[in-house]
Amino acid sequence: MLPQRGTERVSYTLLVNQQTYTVEQVEPRMLLADVLREVLRLTGTHLGCEHGACGACTVLVDGRPVRSCLMLGIQAQNQSIITVEGLSASDATLSTLQTAFWDEHALQCGFCTPGMLIAATHLLHENPHPSRQQIREALSGNLCRCTGYQNIVNAIERAAGGEGTESRG
Amino acid sequence: MRRQEDPPLLRGTARFVADLQAPGMLEAVIVRSIHGHARIDAIDCAAARAMPGVRAVIVARDLPADLDPIAMRLSPAPELAEALQYPLAQERVRYVGEPLAVVVASSRYLAEDAAWAVRVRYTPLETMASLSTALAGAPLFDGLDSNQVYLRTHQKGGGNAAVAASPRRLKMTFSIQRHTGMPLETRGLLVVPDGDRLTVYGSTKVVFFNRRILSHLLKVPVASLRFVETAVGGGFGIRGEFYPEDFLIPYLARLLQAPVRWIEDRVEHLQAANHSREQWHEVEVGFDETGQVMALADDIWVDNGAYIRTHGVTVPELTQAMLPGPYVWPALDSRLHVVLTNKTPIGTYRAPGRFEGTFVRERLLDAIAASLHLDPLTVRRRNLLQPEQLPYSNGLLALGQEVKLDSGDYPAALNRAAELMQAAEIGERKRLARRSGRLRGLGFAFVVEKSGLGPWEDSRLVLHADGTVTGFTGLADLGQGTKTLLARVVADCLGMAMERVRVVYGDTDQVAEGFGTFASRGTVMGGSAAYLAAVELRRRVSAVLRSDGIGCPDRDDITMTPSGIVASGVARPVPYGEVLRRAELQGVALDVTERFQATAMTYPYGAHGCEVDIDPGTGGVSIVRYGVVYDVGRAINRELVVDQIVGGVAQGLGGAMLEELAYDSHGQLQTGTLLDYLLPGACEVPEIEVVVTENAPAPSNPLGVKGAGEGGAAGVAPALANAVADAVGAPPEAFAALPIRPQEILRWIR
Repeated sequence: MLPQRGTERVSYTLLVNQQTYTVEQVEPRMLLADVLREVLRLTGTHLGCEHGACGACTVLVDGRPVRSCLMLGIQAQNQSIITVEGLSASDATLSTLQTAFWDEHALQCGFCTPGMLIAATHLLHENPHPSRQQIREALSGNLCRCTGYQNIVNAIERAAGGEGTESRG
Repeated sequence: MRRQEDPPLLRGTARFVADLQAPGMLEAVIVRSIHGHARIDAIDCAAARAMPGVRAVIVARDLPADLDPIAMRLSPAPELAEALQYPLAQERVRYVGEPLAVVVASSRYLAEDAAWAVRVRYTPLETMASLSTALAGAPLFDGLDSNQVYLRTHQKGGGNAAVAASPRRLKMTFSIQRHTGMPLETRGLLVVPDGDRLTVYGSTKVVFFNRRILSHLLKVPVASLRFVETAVGGGFGIRGEFYPEDFLIPYLARLLQAPVRWIEDRVEHLQAANHSREQWHEVEVGFDETGQVMALADDIWVDNGAYIRTHGVTVPELTQAMLPGPYVWPALDSRLHVVLTNKTPIGTYRAPGRFEGTFVRERLLDAIAASLHLDPLTVRRRNLLQPEQLPYSNGLLALGQEVKLDSGDYPAALNRAAELMQAAEIGERKRLARRSGRLRGLGFAFVVEKSGLGPWEDSRLVLHADGTVTGFTGLADLGQGTKTLLARVVADCLGMAMERVRVVYGDTDQVAEGFGTFASRGTVMGGSAAYLAAVELRRRVSAVLRSDGIGCPDRDDITMTPSGIVASGVARPVPYGEVLRRAELQGVALDVTERFQATAMTYPYGAHGCEVDIDPGTGGVSIVRYGVVYDVGRAINRELVVDQIVGGVAQGLGGAMLEELAYDSHGQLQTGTLLDYLLPGACEVPEIEVVVTENAPAPSNPLGVKGAGEGGAAGVAPALANAVADAVGAPPEAFAALPIRPQEILRWIR
């Protein structure tokens, strides 16, 4: 017989932003997004829809963008996860891409921003010099309700052009 | 210029309400109606209460018997009181998504399990999910005679008779589909009790009003409630209003004496947060052979959904009051009907009433032009108010104030837009497009917006010994850049770097009173208050120095450099510590509070231009160019103004082409996820060109500013509809229904 829902517990380790975390005594059904946010307290990964449509919860799993609301935490064992908290070298600096977002007003409320940064990180890794149309296509799985996308495209273009540099912010 | 808000948002360290936890925190899930209209026969919570981790399950009868419904914040009307919403449904449910019960458990997962175990027995009633069924059916509330809960008429210049007497007439029915703000972050609350005090995290927009409402509903003193804003993931009108959950979660935290968090999920949000926009307009317009308009008659029908929420009749009244726009209408006759239906209640969404009314008016102007075979720009020019006719009152009331268009050069804005969009050469572009089998069209729309709703806003500024200034404001921030904007106003006035101004908002322990951020009022009201406070602080600092013989004797001219205050004519900066000591000795406080009051709104305006390229095989539309010319009186920060307009256009495009909260005849929401409710993505929104002009400063505030928040959204639907109609050579009455989809376009191509 299956255990009653809500009573089974599991423990596992996750590699997030190059750091190993132990996830202790959580329900096996717990989503990766919830493990990151509620257990590891990495709350930069946001949940906008919990059904894979908005892209706010996008993280990199072994270098590929994944909706962390559509994956269980337990499925992400033995893989390398990168969240928005892992994008800059230290707490006091911003990456070239983050700086470009700042310079170009690529955010207003900032809720979609972590997912946008992750999607853009992946894009620039795959294609360091994308066209504006390629940038738009790469962002087509990430919704933004504030900016109209234009400044996000500008920021990614700027980051790709190497105009930005690491900055303190 | 970089925004002060951004670094934590870019690092992922900003704290939105769902990012907060408190020791011993419980989580709530709302059980909602699955019927559009039904009697509640029984709610059995026994099984849910026995589930693992469950701490409480409550239904309406568990709430105090004398609990009041949620009051109206704006545009209240006594006849609407019967239709106010209680936090939990009592005997009947009136829309899918109406709260019935709340489950509180030790985790969200367990609370959701238990919510499934709550058994509700319903007897379905006749569901009225459309205007026609609601007008023919039994009233939704026992105290009402009809589901038409509100009627406001306005007539001037002979009304209908003037239409009949006009040489040319056109009759059209316009419809605007139900859609809404859909911020990327859903709603949420965390309420932490501490003895008799409750701290409420997650409220925004109008925290002071919400605190008063909660105090009234809980019957506790206002001072026992602390509201704290967190980072907020977009508002657009819908977020921050007082909803049923804004009572239920604090009530439960108090009852259980434990922190309770509720984070709405997206499917709930689509059913539970305010909807907006759904209207029909039965219009008849009279005009002459030159395109001069003579009379307009409009029956405005608003599908309000099941309850009157905090916005009262804000959206309907703004529709009626702002519909005349920038034109001279010798005669007007409008009847505004608000009708209750078995759907989610409506509230405001960015450019409430103007998105709808601007679509009707500006599409109508093109229809008039098409019926006369005239250039739509010519017809607009013929009817626009001229600069010397302003100020001009249209005789209608909006938000309790007479609509008095204060300043502007409307023809200049239209001409600038025509120039921007290269209107003179559209014929050549059409020919080129036809050669490659495509259809090209250009459309315009004129927008008159309102902004700067009073009555007042305060600003407090404190100068510190390290040369920084803290500014306190009653505004909120939902992504607009409130901190950056106020820092800029203060820094410019005091001659200092804006990085040294820290803005505090959204904590009722730190800011005692205010009105908030809505209705494009932030810059006008909060910005003006900050300016007045900065002027006063500058005056006091100058006076202190002058009393001690430092600086120019007759001017308040200072610069606040990092090393100290430089008074005019003095080389050496006076260190801040010394300035504060001198002020203290003189008994002058360098802690100032100023209030800006406004009795009239101020009206920004502009013109949208849209050029489309249509595939005649599929009806697919590509927007090849989109331009907006917008006059905000004076721009404090151009980049922030442009950000607002571009973002508004993107939302307007969603409303014009994609988004729809569609219901079936049983009152079931058919577009209940973000896979069905289509938000514009990066490939749907074109590059948007914005020209910000400053031709007509607002006469009613010291900065001359007008709001920038809503003009981007307001003009998109008619500009697009007019462009599409132009491309396919449609007859005047075409494209009067939103959203404009390929199948509708194909109909007119064939």
